[in-house]
This record gives sequence, structure tokens and C-alpha cells, in this order.
Amino acid sequence: MNLSLISLEIGVTLIGALVLLADLWTPKARKRQLGWFVVLGLAVLFGLSLRKFTGGGAAQILGYTKDSLTVFFQGFFIMAGILVTLLTISYADRIRSGISEMYALTCFALTGMLFAAGATSFVMVFVAVELITITFYVLTSFERNRLRSIEAGVKYLILGAAASAVMVFGIALIYGSTGTLEFSEVTQNLEADGIQHLMLFKLGMLLLLGGLAFKIAAVPFQLWVPDVYQGAPTPVTAFLATGSKAAGFVLLLRILHEACPIILDETWLRQLLAVMAGASILYGSLCALRQRNLKRLLGYSGIASAGYVLLGVVTLNAEGTQAVLFYLAGYLFAVLAAFTVIAMVTEDANDEDISVLANLHQRSPLFAITLTLAIMSLAGVPPLAGFFGKFLLLKAAFGAAGSDPVMPWVIGIAIAGVVISLFYYFGIIRVIYWGTGQLWAEKKPNADPIECPDTADIVVLICVFGMLALGIFPEPVLNLVEDASTALFSSAQ
Amino acid sequence: MSPLTIIMGLPLIMAAILTLVPAEKRAVFRWGAMLSTLASLLLAIYVFAQFDTALAASQDVDDTQGSVFATLEKEYGYAFTQRAPWIDSLNISFHVGVDGIGVVMVLMASIVAFAATCCAGEIKAREKEFTILLLLMAGGILGAFMSLDVFQMYFLHELALVPTFIMIGVWGRGKNRDYAAYKITLYLSLGALIALAGLILLYMEFETFSLLGMLDHLHTQQISTGKQNLIFALLMFGLGILVSLWPFHTWAPLGYGAAPTPTAMMHAGVIKKFGLFMLIRVALPLLPEGAQTWLPVLAWLCLGNILYCGLVAMRQKDLNQLIGNSSVAHMGFVFLGIASLTTIGLTGAVMVMFYTQTRTLDMENVSGLLKGMPFWGTAMIMALLAGCGLPGFANFAGEITVFFGAWSIPTFEAGQKLTHPFQEYSLQFRVVTIIAIWSALVIGAVYMLRAIRNLLHGEPDVDAPKADDITHWKKLPYALLIGVLLLFGCYPKLLTGKINTAYKSIQQAVQSNFSR
Repeated sequence: MNLSLISLEIGVTLIGALVLLADLWTPKARKRQLGWFVVLGLAVLFGLSLRKFTGGGAAQILGYTKDSLTVFFQGFFIMAGILVTLLTISYADRIRSGISEMYALTCFALTGMLFAAGATSFVMVFVAVELITITFYVLTSFERNRLRSIEAGVKYLILGAAASAVMVFGIALIYGSTGTLEFSEVTQNLEADGIQHLMLFKLGMLLLLGGLAFKIAAVPFQLWVPDVYQGAPTPVTAFLATGSKAAGFVLLLRILHEACPIILDETWLRQLLAVMAGASILYGSLCALRQRNLKRLLGYSGIASAGYVLLGVVTLNAEGTQAVLFYLAGYLFAVLAAFTVIAMVTEDANDEDISVLANLHQRSPLFAITLTLAIMSLAGVPPLAGFFGKFLLLKAAFGAAGSDPVMPWVIGIAIAGVVISLFYYFGIIRVIYWGTGQLWAEKKPNADPIECPDTADIVVLICVFGMLALGIFPEPVLNLVEDASTALFSSAQ
Repeated sequence: MSPLTIIMGLPLIMAAILTLVPAEKRAVFRWGAMLSTLASLLLAIYVFAQFDTALAASQDVDDTQGSVFATLEKEYGYAFTQRAPWIDSLNISFHVGVDGIGVVMVLMASIVAFAATCCAGEIKAREKEFTILLLLMAGGILGAFMSLDVFQMYFLHELALVPTFIMIGVWGRGKNRDYAAYKITLYLSLGALIALAGLILLYMEFETFSLLGMLDHLHTQQISTGKQNLIFALLMFGLGILVSLWPFHTWAPLGYGAAPTPTAMMHAGVIKKFGLFMLIRVALPLLPEGAQTWLPVLAWLCLGNILYCGLVAMRQKDLNQLIGNSSVAHMGFVFLGIASLTTIGLTGAVMVMFYTQTRTLDMENVSGLLKGMPFWGTAMIMALLAGCGLPGFANFAGEITVFFGAWSIPTFEAGQKLTHPFQEYSLQFRVVTIIAIWSALVIGAVYMLRAIRNLLHGEPDVDAPKADDITHWKKLPYALLIGVLLLFGCYPKLLTGKINTAYKSIQQAVQSNFSR
């Protein structure tokens, strides 16, 4: 077995283990500094993962492939890990239970994501998903002194466990009907059998998709999102919204294109995904309209975003896949920027109502501009990454509009959803620049500068740079996603 | 480097520089903004003056050496072009250049941008943010008018559109500004999104976003009539919302009433005209059959603008509302003819400048303002008279061209072999024209003159809050805009000469594509 293939995963696990060890000898006051070690380690690994981008060509061990798609997503996940760890460092004061465990758990979840990026067997899918989910059970309830955090943990545990159960049952059915756990052998085994177990295979696939839909927070598996997003510590929420969601999407893409080409042309699959996309967009946008809690609001907007990304998945072609990957890359920076600012502001005010953003333009111009840019990127306004992502998604969706009678409707819903989303997104910008605080409160909103650690500034600057770079000069990333989608579609053949 | 790139780049670069200046240095922002837009304006005048020479020079260049685009630029009469790769994998490039219409629009946009930055002195709070947003707006829209790549055009226009929300919300006027900010943003975003859908469909036909590339493709490849109808409808309604086409116009009077003066000037004067510019640039030449289906519908909707909004304007008691509605009504004429695009844009900018000088503009209660504020009053009378198309102002030249053009469409091609796309609608066009002329002369005159009588003439109100006249250098933007209106009014050939050549090439493109 070629261990160098999974060197990134080993590296990340080692960093996590080292942090746990170092914790034993680190005085309490300096434990937060351990985060810098994680960031440094991850940065090195990010450099390594980038270096492989030029390599190309697939290499494979049992249940795991390292092709351009894997490489793209591993870069994505490590980037998310770096930013989330930086955010955790600046959030450390609020974590009463050991901060080093939080760093370590972040690393372990990241390992799961890295495995998910390359998983080509159902066993690997399940292990990766469980590694991510179980770590997040702990992470979501990490602020043990806050009732909401515990509540979030319990909710995520129950619903997540149910989703995992459904998923593993689906995998069992797939194994039962095909006799294999490798993606690449599924079709040939089914055909060798004379396709007599196709129905069972479809049922298994349906259940597996249900489990993945839970991860990406698509309707009808979205119910946990607002509560868990609100209750979990903000860095965890940010990781959940970017890393965990993207892991769901890479698994979805791989399973659809590599494990079930035999049912890919069937109408029901496309219609099912299309309806899920439309429903997620509509549900997320409408629920966010009157939402005043910032983290819940981003939760709902995350459901809507899942719908948009699904729209790209539904096209089932290379163009749509490229759009999905690009959109996710832009989404990473926008969401992390938004959560970072929100974490700092809500921590300062000890409140998560949207009105705490009032006067932000005065309290911290950098945060105000960042949040504005992040929101605009989510809303899809040039010159930010979100605009280009939205543009690619619409382009891909239009290209596939004729593939199914449901598609034009879903595209219509997506366009309506964009306009609805502008209402609540601009509501946030409104509060930043001319909000007056809570209606019922007598006192004026706070106008003192926000004090926050420098690490938050670093995250914010990286994200702003990322959003602008992807929005104005998308060419390099476009080339990467093109490679990735080529890898996916060539291996599917 | 093309001077056009510099015209567009100056405000954007200045905006970037100003982000680094501390917010306390107020004078820096005001002067920085004025300086950059003035430089843009001077360059735009240079481009305008040199356009014919540059065009002739480019025609002489031996094209065996040039790229495909150089040949195309020549064929379609574009000058001052510059092209640089941007997003190669999607066939998107940075490509600027102007033809006769473009050069006029760039000139107008830079005049209004300069006037708007001059008026930015009225902003007394948070100048830094305002100036940066205003410059973004100016650079964006200037760039949009000179873009030869449709993606770039859309991108820059959207960039110019977005600051509106914050500007109205923070620096806007009146209790309604929150509502106005939302309304204007949602309407415009919806319009832009529908237009984007149309553009994407267009892209899927040609696999390129280059305007010239698309025109060139038309020689070899036709779009099916059904697709043309769909795409044209998307573009027409999407861009129609942007230009306040009836019945999607309600954001405009409200928005302009609530926006701070420089924003309203940029919007009413330039940005709103962009939708129509794009329709003429992109939709008409590329989708001739779609145009044939939809233009008659458009003509009736324009009549809605002219008549309905004209009548609404007549009943307004508040000057802001009157000017807002009249600006929407004027858009109807613009739809009828390209020549009026510029003049009406300038008038729109002039008009909204009068919003702020007095605290209340309720025409029932205020009177005799001319005595207290002679300069402001005189300028306003000139603007209002220009608005109803008095000869001597550019509007007269603009409107008269529109009427002649609209009336003569059916007979226009009588001697030629080609059939005119709109021949079968000749009666309809004449009806629209007659109603338009009638309402332009009568309805327009009624509300404009009524405003003059009520507000400016009569005895000054003793109890009315005292408003100050415009003093010293603040007169500059008024003088500039009205001077330009007079100049083009007395010597319309300056504009029409350039526009005609460009328009003819579009018309030829429409007809040659149509006849096949």
C-alpha cells in the first residue's frame, strides 16, 4: 500500500495528536497559542496539496483515489481548516472547556473530509462521513456552559445518527444487490447479474442520497440546520457550513457519476434532485426573510445555497460540476468572512440579534466592509466570487434546461430565490450602515470600537482577498475546476 | 493603452486610493473625486473630438496583420479600441471601444459624473464612504458604455448599480428612504437578473461574449425564431425594468425622490439610460426576428410611459414627484429613438439637481421662489422648458428626430429592395407617434408650466422657510449641464452626425440579418 497517497490525511491526524500531547505540558494561559501550531502545520500541508495540483493523473489504493477532484477538494478543506482554526483562536476566550481539544477535534474532522474527497468505495464513504459527523457531535456541544450549545449537540446527535443509520442501511442494500463496495464495480456486477436486483440497488441509492442530503442540508433533511447553527460555537458553525457541506457535495458527485451511471439517465433521479434543489432554495429564502438571529439567518441562507449547488449537480454534466466546484470555492470565503465578523460582534454584544450590527461601520470599518462584501458575494453581486459562481450555475442550468420538463421551473424558482434573498441580505447591510438598534430598546446602539484578537483580522483579510480574486480573476480557479471535472468524468467512463 | 480605459479607470483608481485616506480629511475626498471625474471628462471630450480622425485612421490601417477582432472593429466602425484577455476559458475578454453612439454616451456619462461629484458637496456626513461609492458608480457606468464584451458590460453596469442601495439608505432624504432603497434595489436586481438570463441564453448560441464575435457569427449562423423571441423578451423586459418601462416604472419617482442629489443625477442621467443602450447594442442587431415580434409591444408600453406617467406627473403636488414622473415619461420617447438618449439623459440629470435646494417643494404652498433665489430659479426654468422640448435646447432636436424617425419607418425603405422589418406595423407606429407628439407637446407643457407658475412666480411666501440661492462655484454643475443642452440644441449636428453613422450600421445589420 502506497502511504504517500494519504500523506495529507496522516499529516492532519498527526497535527491533531501532537496538539493533544502538547496540551499536557502547556500552561493553561498559553494553550490558546497551540492554535498557531495547527495553523502552521495546516499551511504547510496546504502548500503540499497545492504542489500536487500540477501533477495530475490518478493514483489509487483500495477505496481511495487521488485524482484532480480529490486534490481540489483537499485544498479546499485544508483552506477551510486553516481559516476555522484561526477563527477558533480568536474565539478561544469563550471556550471554557479545553481549547486544545477543540483544535484537535477540528483536525480529526478535517481528516474525515480529506478522506471523503477521495472516497471511491462505500466503506470509505461511511467511515469518512462518520469521522466527520461524530467529531461534530462533540464540537457542536463544546460550549458546555451554554444551554443552547448542548441543545444543538443533542439535536445534531439524534438527527445525525438517524441519517447515518439510513445511510448505512442504504449501503447494505447496495452491497446486497451488487455484491461489491467499490464504486467502479457496481455497474458491471449489476449487469453481470442481469440487472435483476436493480430495484433493490435503486432503493439503496435513494437511502444513501438521503444520508448525504442531511450533510448538505437540503430539503427535506434541513430541519437541524437553524438550531444547530445557532447553538454551536461560531467557529464550529462556520466549519459545518463550509467543510461538512462541501464533503457532502464531493461524495454526492462521486457517487452519482462513478457508482450509478446505470441509473443516471433515469428521469426520476434527475427530477428528485431538481425538486430538492427547488424546494431548498424556496424554503431557505422564505424562512430567512423574517429571521432576526444572525446565525439562524445564515443557516437558512445556507439551505438556499445548498439548493443552488444542487442545481449545478442536477445538470449531471461537466459544466454543472465546474459550476458547483467554483461556487463552493467562493462560498467558502464568503461564509467564513461572514461568520468571523458575526462571531466577533455577537461575542462583544453577547447577543445574536441582527441589531447588534448597528453602527458597525463606525465601530470597525474593516468588519463592516468585510461583512458587506461577504453578504454581497452570497447575494451574487459583482465583482465578487459569488457573482461568478451564480453566473456559472445559471449558465449550466440553462444548458440543461431542456433535459427535463421540471428544469425550467426549478430555474425560475432559482431566479425568484435570488431576488428574495436580496431582501434579507440587504437587510443585513442596512443594519450595518444605517441601523438604529432594537426598536424597543431605549438606549442608542453601542458605538465603541470592537476589541478583538488580530487573528480575526487575518481571517477577514484572507477571505476578502479570496472573494475579490475569485470574482475578478477567476481564470486560475476555473482551470482547476476544469481539471477536477475532467477527472471525475473520465473516471466515470 | 486606449484613452477609453483611462476614462473608465480614473474614477475606479481614485476610489481605491481614497480608501487609504483617513476619514477626517474631508477636503481630500471632495477634490479627489472632482479631479478624477474632471480628468475623465477632458479625456472624453478629446475622444469625442478626435473620434472621426481616429476612425478614419483605423480604417486606413492594413488589416492583413491584425487579429480577427481588429478586422471586426474596423468593419463595425469602432475606434479607440483595446483588448486584453480576461477569462479565456469562457471566451470573455476585456474589450473597450466606441462607435458613434458609444462616444456620445461616454461623453454624456462623464459630463454627468463630473457634475455629480461637484454636487457631492451637499453631503455633510461620512464623506469618505459616499465619495468612494460615487466613484465606483461613475467608473462602472463609464466602463459599461464602452464595453465591447457583453459580460464585461453587464459586470460593470451591475457594479454601478449596487452602491445605490447604501447611498439612498444612508444619505437619502425623507421618511420613505428605507422603503425606496429596498424597492429600487429589488426592482433593479430583478431586471438585471432577467437580462442576465437572456444574455446567458445568447451566450449559449454563440459560445462567446464578445459583441463583435457574436455579430460576426451571425453571418454564418442564425438563431431560430423561437429562441430569438424568447431571448428578446427576456432582454426587453429585464432591461425594461432597468429603464423604468411602464408598468415597471414605480421605483423611479420614489427612488429619485429619496436619493441624495449626486446619486439621483447619476441614476436619472446615466445609469437608467444604460438598459436601453444595451437593448440597442445587443438585442436589436443580434435578434432581428425577436425584435420584429416584440417591438410593437414595446411601442405600446412606451406609450404607457408617455401618457400614463405624463398624466400622473400633471397631478403631482410635490415637485420631486413631478420630476420623477416626468423623467419616467421621457423614457418613453427615448424608446422611440436613439437620438434622444443623450439629450434626455442630460435633462434628467439637470432636473434632479433641483430637488434639494428648498426644504419643501409642495407646489400648493410654496410660491415666488424666483425672487429669493434668482440663479436657481432661472436655471430651473431653463431646465423645465428644455424638458418640454423648447426649440434651442437639445431636447427639441432629440424629440423632433424621434418623431420624424418613428413616422417615416414605413416609407423609409420604399425605394429599396429590402423589406423593412416593421412594414406591417406601419399604422400602429403612426398611431403611437401621433399620441406621443400630442402628449409631449400638451401634457409635458402643462405640468412643466404649472410647476414654473406655482413655484417660481407669484408673491414670495413670508412664513416659508428661507432657502439660500446657489452661490459661487456651486453654480458650475448647473451651468455646465444647461450649457451643454444649449450647445447641442443649437448645433445638433455635433451629436446626430456621429449617432447617424453608427445607427446606420446597426440598421444595416438588422436588415441584412432579417432579410435572410
